[in-house]
Amino acid sequence: MTNTLHRYGSARSFEDDYVVIAIPSRGKNDENAVPKLKKFLEMAVPFNPVNLGDARHGGALRPCKSLNPTVHWKRDMLPVFDDVIDGLDIATTAAAVFDNGTSAENFVRAVVEADLGLSVNISTAIELAERCCSAAGTCRHSVGYSLGFEGKTERLPNEDVLTLSTMCGHGMVSASFAKKMIDWVKEGRRTPSEAASYMARFCSCGVFNASRAARVLQSASRVTR
Amino acid sequence: MKINPNKCVACGNCTYVCPVGAIYIDQAINRATINRDECVECYACFNGLSQEHLNPVIVRATRKIFKAFRLRFEPEPDVCPTAAFEPDPLVWPRIVRRAFSDPRVPHESTGIEGRGTEEVKTNDISGRVKLGEVGMTIEFGRPGVGVWFYDIQKMCHALARAGVAFEKKNPVTSLMSDAATGTLREDILNEKVLSAIVEIKAPVERTEEIIRLVWEVEKQIDTVVSLGIGARCETDGQERVVAPILQKLGYDLVRAKTNIGIGRVTNAAAAPAAPMEVLSR
Repeated sequence: MTNTLHRYGSARSFEDDYVVIAIPSRGKNDENAVPKLKKFLEMAVPFNPVNLGDARHGGALRPCKSLNPTVHWKRDMLPVFDDVIDGLDIATTAAAVFDNGTSAENFVRAVVEADLGLSVNISTAIELAERCCSAAGTCRHSVGYSLGFEGKTERLPNEDVLTLSTMCGHGMVSASFAKKMIDWVKEGRRTPSEAASYMARFCSCGVFNASRAARVLQSASRVTR
Repeated sequence: MKINPNKCVACGNCTYVCPVGAIYIDQAINRATINRDECVECYACFNGLSQEHLNPVIVRATRKIFKAFRLRFEPEPDVCPTAAFEPDPLVWPRIVRRAFSDPRVPHESTGIEGRGTEEVKTNDISGRVKLGEVGMTIEFGRPGVGVWFYDIQKMCHALARAGVAFEKKNPVTSLMSDAATGTLREDILNEKVLSAIVEIKAPVERTEEIIRLVWEVEKQIDTVVSLGIGARCETDGQERVVAPILQKLGYDLVRAKTNIGIGRVTNAAAAPAAPMEVLSR
């Protein structure tokens, strides 16, 4: 599952995008992994993540199957971290997303000190991940490079849309929806934060970075492609 | 997936959220409709859209009145107002679409959610990719283009001819009728999925040759490909072998997934780190 590896953007555009992932390995350390994964997520909260999630239940902003029509005028757009932590009930991948290096570095340091026994990965620009390792006093064990998109790239949308839609690596945030949200922000129909929250609800493992998305939406709304 | 025409009010919200653009408003019946050939059964519509349970007759009447006055009610864009989506019971081979497209469905072959394996994410425990080796993930169809299995097979055939080893516990490998030739089961070739990942491992010396082979096959298939290259770092945390090869090939290395090496075996009955299981010719 390369759900965060192929995010689109320049190295600079990842300065507000750090995904820290904890993953148990099947048959190696998956026994009793649930409390460790919960601990991992709980430890992230004091460092002000922009999202938390697990691969089975989703992120801190989730769709609701029984909405009251009044939400059209007043909708709760804040992530609910407790739901993610309480809902984690199976050994799966857990993720904490941060929009600044200081929080990510401090969190990684805390995770290293906690010694949960789970594999931990940082998905961001290569240099920024190295900086997190240094701050935590650890070294990189392995690295998975993204070589980007190739082949029939003419079938891909423009780079603003791509930046937004690839923040759900599973492809659950569609390019058409990202384009629609850019247009809505451009027309003043929704704020960048609101538009980012709509998109976050489609991400099924909670790695969507709504803070980065809001920044991209704001910037994309100033040009017409 | 299907849309209940008795419930749908043709608001159009769902047409935007489909990752492969398979939902459209059929003007003849004024209902949202799914193009079954293009639908990859990812369930983004069913799982991702919030639902209201409004009365469709009232909603249609309201929309009609608004339309007559050239007014537009602006509903939340991530909502199906009448909960019109209904999952279809899927049978073989169509069920393969969902297995590769809905990330919440774990693959029986890997036991993890998603389309690949643990890759280098657990390399600190599994020892899959060692110094002097590269683990490659060749992903098709992402983002938002999708891929047919007959196109994936072209790549598998080429890789098998080159004598590379397929990762055994990978969903695509599990669908091969002949791993030695990279041939997939015939009954799935005309199935489309949101994305699929072929995983291989090779000695680092073969990195350039295999990437050039992938480039050649990419020209013959009608989708996008994203390559991921996994490598083991040295004891000081540096990776000095694979990165230069990739840079020489013209890649600008920007983003990576970095395993920080703090995992350890804790299961009581677990064996020490084992090499990656592969199927070779």
